[in-house]
Amino acid sequence: MNPRRKKRMLAVVAIIFGVGSAIGLTLYALQENINLFYTPSELIDGKGEAKEKPFVGQKLRIGGMVVPGSVVRDETSLDVTFKLIDTGPLVTIKYHGILPDLFREGQGIVAQGTLIEPDVIEAFEVLAKHDEEYMPSEVAEAVKGIKHVKPTYNLNSEN
Amino acid sequence: MWKWLHPYAKAERAYQLCNTLLPYFTVFTVVCLVVGWVWGLAYAPADYQQKDSYRIIFIHVPSAILSMGAYSSMAIAAIVALVWQLRNAELAVVAIAPVGAAMTVIALVTGAAWGKPMWGAWWVWDARLTSELILLFLYLGVLSLYHAFEDKKSAGKAACILAIVGVINLPIIHFSVEWWNTLHQGATITKFDTSAIDPSMLWPLLINIVAFAGFVGVVTLIRLKNEILQREKHRPWVRDLVSRG
Repeated sequence: MNPRRKKRMLAVVAIIFGVGSAIGLTLYALQENINLFYTPSELIDGKGEAKEKPFVGQKLRIGGMVVPGSVVRDETSLDVTFKLIDTGPLVTIKYHGILPDLFREGQGIVAQGTLIEPDVIEAFEVLAKHDEEYMPSEVAEAVKGIKHVKPTYNLNSEN
Repeated sequence: MWKWLHPYAKAERAYQLCNTLLPYFTVFTVVCLVVGWVWGLAYAPADYQQKDSYRIIFIHVPSAILSMGAYSSMAIAAIVALVWQLRNAELAVVAIAPVGAAMTVIALVTGAAWGKPMWGAWWVWDARLTSELILLFLYLGVLSLYHAFEDKKSAGKAACILAIVGVINLPIIHFSVEWWNTLHQGATITKFDTSAIDPSMLWPLLINIVAFAGFVGVVTLIRLKNEILQREKHRPWVRDLVSRG
């Protein structure tokens, strides 16, 4: 490479490196804020180094797995409550409305709402998170041992 | 080592190379697209959870991959254009940009159509979706920067620099689902350790990815031919070409 090209190559590399490290540092500083949601353990035990906990009345998003057997529907209205879990504590979600197709017990979801008690959220939006696995029903039955019919919820599980 | 490349720095030779490659790319793309779409959309089994709606994967994933693939090729062309000052490489940047932008739009629109029934929302400001949207703006930025200058020499330089700066976004898009909590699910194809996708769905998906790559190639070649002709319109070889009909 002749000297002029070498100089231009260095300039290009310097641009990529400079902008790259600037954006890298920015994202690192914003790390906690780019996450779409809190997890249940972050909500209860606090988030990050500072163990910062959201206050009651704060609007937030929470993401976790619906605890099997925890979904309770009201028989006369669209009210539904269920519990979310990730690795530790449980968080209760109250929701009024129609749940998305993929909402199942054991499925990951993201709910947006207001914290009304330290571990209870009144959600106004529930989104289902689907995983990166795709397979035909027969394979799912063989691999996971689940026959996937749309679940019927136990209406009286708390009685 | 790179001697065989040198003739293609001349516009005329590059134009001829485009003409030679174009039929192969076209045939390849048409065959792969037909096979991939018929297999994927009609014959591949339905997903155990998402049923038939998952089939949008055969358009969404290839276009998303190619939106990033086209960007990396554009950035490589931009580096070559800046460092070696090859005008053809500059034209290649301009030729690829709208194709990549179209791929990004397809990925965003099909993703929204998938998100509504599956997640329950057309759009969510999570890291993956937002960074893909930024990719679209980068493409549009490169294009509008190029067309904003009267003097095509400085226009090319400015567009190339923006294209190179935007490369930073590619790893962010790819790793966004690992670095942050997102609603978008993690990577399927590059997850080698477990069988994330059944082979009966993986094969049509791979064929579709190759087909989309071919499609990007075809459109880029056609656009590159046009760009070369436009830039060289006062040269004798172009006049000869026109007068020959």
